[in-house]
Amino acid sequence: MIEIRNINKTFGDRHIVKDVSFKFLQGKTNLIIGESGCGKTTILKLMVGLHPVDSGDIIYGTENFPKLTSDGQQEIRKKIGMLFQGGALFDSQTLEENVRFPLDMFTTLSREEKTERVNFCLKRVKLEGKNALYPAELSGGMKKRAALARAIANNPSYLFCDEPNSGLDPKTSIIIDELINDITREFNMTTIIVTHDMNSVIEIGDNIMFVHKGENWWTGDKSQILKTKNEELFNFVFASEFMKNIYSSLSKL
Amino acid sequence: MNPIHNIGRYFLLMVRVFKRPQKHSVYFRQIIFEIDSIGISSLPIVAIISVFMGGIITIQAAYAVDSPLMPLYAVGFTTRESMILEFSSTILCLILAGKVGSNIASEIGAMRITEQIDALEIMGINSASYLIFPKISGAMIIFPVLVVLSMFLGLVGGFVMGVSSGACTAYEYVFGIQAFFMPWKVGYSIAKSITFAFLITSVSSYYGYYTSGGALEVGRSSTNAVVYSSILILLFSLIYTNLFIGN
Repeated sequence: MIEIRNINKTFGDRHIVKDVSFKFLQGKTNLIIGESGCGKTTILKLMVGLHPVDSGDIIYGTENFPKLTSDGQQEIRKKIGMLFQGGALFDSQTLEENVRFPLDMFTTLSREEKTERVNFCLKRVKLEGKNALYPAELSGGMKKRAALARAIANNPSYLFCDEPNSGLDPKTSIIIDELINDITREFNMTTIIVTHDMNSVIEIGDNIMFVHKGENWWTGDKSQILKTKNEELFNFVFASEFMKNIYSSLSKL
Repeated sequence: MNPIHNIGRYFLLMVRVFKRPQKHSVYFRQIIFEIDSIGISSLPIVAIISVFMGGIITIQAAYAVDSPLMPLYAVGFTTRESMILEFSSTILCLILAGKVGSNIASEIGAMRITEQIDALEIMGINSASYLIFPKISGAMIIFPVLVVLSMFLGLVGGFVMGVSSGACTAYEYVFGIQAFFMPWKVGYSIAKSITFAFLITSVSSYYGYYTSGGALEVGRSSTNAVVYSSILILLFSLIYTNLFIGN
């Protein structure tokens, strides 16, 4: 489990994250949702230490991440897998080398064991047999899956996903969502997903935090979100007139 | 951004670069890769430029010493001194600053804007050390080899040009390149090349590592890398010359 307590972040005179607290549950897909620019990616980057917090606590298990030394933070990071918005695969390496990379850096496995693990991870994301391809030869969806394979290669305890569906068609988005959801349960990971894709929210939102203007505006799960009386969240979920009409039609039934 | 800020940030980055490597075998593999990428791939340009420069220096020296009071072996002597003292170290490294420096800055800059460096950090890897240390080490190993090769090819180019154009005889040229030879000058040139290798790779990596924005900024980092590497090469060449050759 990861818990954030009263975290704050300011860039210049802009207060981006305001006193946000939330518990991210183990074995569940935890979603951070909100409009573009509301601060949700900043919260994610604060949690993994890409930006330092101005104040507040980020508790991984029993350890307070911002209070750790840089070596201590690196030890926590070894338990983290992250799926970036653009995949962030290493361009100069093949798919196999990309997935093998964390194993080369942090394990003492033999060459055969590493190959076995790489093949397992690629198979898990349905990319078996694509070992020799370079990132430039992959489609958007394949890149996301390859990045997911790299993220889980080292058996992480925590999986962070920054907008895993951006730039993908609805069908591929659902495949990625299901993959993340299955992997979360299979490996009992604490998964945190930043998204503004409502399909993802409805499909896999076990534990949701709605961020509005840098604040934790609402928390709940996918079954509660459609019944919300929170005005900002309602406007976010039913953003178009079309969706609002559907909602009012359903409400009359 | 002010120069003091840049200098401070550069030294802080170097502290991170020279931290203990996390996995020696991976770093060793990377250093071999960088030796190939930085050095071996530069062989053709080094060879072409050195041969031509040797030939050009020989012709110009022959033109300059066209006097009955000057012995013709001075052509070979001048070519050797020019190649060893300045061309094969300073000028060659200025050319490599353009080729290698822009390549390093754009490679690391592109990794920065596509979040590949963030990915390394999140894996718990010291990205500065993993990306930059092998480049610096690889360049410091291979640059002296390139410089010595350049000296040799420059002298060969001078020989071919001098003899074929009739500027001097083969005997006079060979006598000239051996006359008053002081081996420490080769060592001096190699020492300069090692310093320049460090400057080119570290400054270029610095500009690449702190790229922010998009493609435009990657291009700007690449330009800055070449400009500042070149200025530092000239500055340190002046310091070396004053220390070892000046009064």
